[in-house]
Amino acid sequence: MSKFEFPPSIKSRPVYGTLEARPGKGHLMIADADGAEAIMDIATPDLMAQTHIIYIPRGTDFADKLRSLNPAQFYEGPTYAASVSRIRRVLQDAHMGLQVYLAGTEGLMGQAQNEAMMAGIPHTAIQTEHRGSTARRMQCVHCKGITEDVETDPFVCSHCGLNLFVRDHYSRRLAAYQGVCIDAEDPGNVPAPKGIYE
Amino acid sequence: MSAAPQKAKPGAEKIAVNVTAVVPLNDLVTRFEFQRSDGDLFPPFSGGAHTVVTMDDNGRHRLNPYSLMSDPADLTTYAISVRRDDEGRGGSLFMHRNVSVGDRMTITYPVNLFSLDLRARKHVFLAGGIGITPFMAMIAQLEHSNGNWELHYACRTPALGTYVDELRYKYPNKVHIYYDDQNQAIRLEDLLDGQPLGTNIYVCGPKGMIDWVHATASAAGWPDANVHSEEFLAPQPGEPFEVRLCKSDKTITVGEHESLLEAIERAGVEAPFLCRGGSCGQCETNVVSHDGTFVHRDHWLTEDQHASGEKIMPCVSRFAGKSLELDR
Repeated sequence: MSKFEFPPSIKSRPVYGTLEARPGKGHLMIADADGAEAIMDIATPDLMAQTHIIYIPRGTDFADKLRSLNPAQFYEGPTYAASVSRIRRVLQDAHMGLQVYLAGTEGLMGQAQNEAMMAGIPHTAIQTEHRGSTARRMQCVHCKGITEDVETDPFVCSHCGLNLFVRDHYSRRLAAYQGVCIDAEDPGNVPAPKGIYE
Repeated sequence: MSAAPQKAKPGAEKIAVNVTAVVPLNDLVTRFEFQRSDGDLFPPFSGGAHTVVTMDDNGRHRLNPYSLMSDPADLTTYAISVRRDDEGRGGSLFMHRNVSVGDRMTITYPVNLFSLDLRARKHVFLAGGIGITPFMAMIAQLEHSNGNWELHYACRTPALGTYVDELRYKYPNKVHIYYDDQNQAIRLEDLLDGQPLGTNIYVCGPKGMIDWVHATASAAGWPDANVHSEEFLAPQPGEPFEVRLCKSDKTITVGEHESLLEAIERAGVEAPFLCRGGSCGQCETNVVSHDGTFVHRDHWLTEDQHASGEKIMPCVSRFAGKSLELDR
């Protein structure tokens, strides 16, 4: 899948790069779905010999390809939530010199970056590469509930049911964009949903 | 009154002080302690901060930055430790020879260009020689909050090990000393290996040591943001050169043993500064025109800016050539 060019936006919006192999004592790569391809692009036998891959396929069939790269450790998780305890354990045991690589959807990269930051790695030292779905992880600013994989703007909060406008205002702490009620002044006056980048 | 750096003002706010103690520590290093002349408490500072001391040397004003090395929790006293540099420009010699208890001096509000990253899980300090001074204040600060730190301190000889005895006595399990004359060296690669995530390292010492720490940490995969360093440059002597200050409509000559910044000040032109050592960026000056070569020595401008010939840091950099015109 080709890479999506995000349109220019406000400073709050995260900017993703392109993964590159960096010198390090160990390498932790966390990816979901098409993010597997970003790992395959930089994989070499030497790098993989020091790499722990944590991968969430989300319906794709890249897992066997990643496994065939022969990483030092490979874990395939059904969901991010199911994988996060392993991510925490790996970071808890890690030392300085660990390189962290994140690839795939914004929701995965944001949440995994948060775990790495809480473990003491500055966010400027964490590499990211966006691949695959451009759907967003959204926080409803009214009920604080998180709705995953939002593709349209506006959308309905999966917790409180308000009609929410999709903002580019991003919270690194929550790893989510902010969704704000779009029809507060005039209830029911909701524009037809369209794709976020349409 | 504000301690915050203010653009376009010459230096931080000043404080009149009395010298309350002069304590020789060894052949090269002497500690000077100050209290405010007005009897008030000093402004609070954080470990790693420096002050610029004004010395009145027979009418010639010398302004040298020194790290504050006293306990940041004690605001009655500021202390600096000065290493005598017999080949230097004379500031440290003036402090050693001419300053005694009871003298009145002027120092600036503290400015910190080398602060602790308080998000760090652990702080590792690497000191070379007189580079121990900022760590004295940082250690005192961390001890008040039960901080997690260790010190690796390289000295030439036991006789020149400034504060070694005090540090070893107070923190026997955290302080590691290495003497050059006993062929002891910091095993940096081993030291970096296995440090917990979130460790920050801080290095203060000679340029070679600072470069070595940055390069070794980077090769071991340490993020740049976790490696901190401070090196004050002293201005180097050089051929005299002439400078046109176009805003002030003055032409000045920079002497062999004075910096461009000092020459500008001597001409009565107010120029901003804070560290006078090429690191803070306050004295950055635009070049209007030039015909010659810059001798850039600062840590502030990028290589591209150095090559562009559009900026100069007058605290440490010089010029050689036909003409130089500055926007000052």
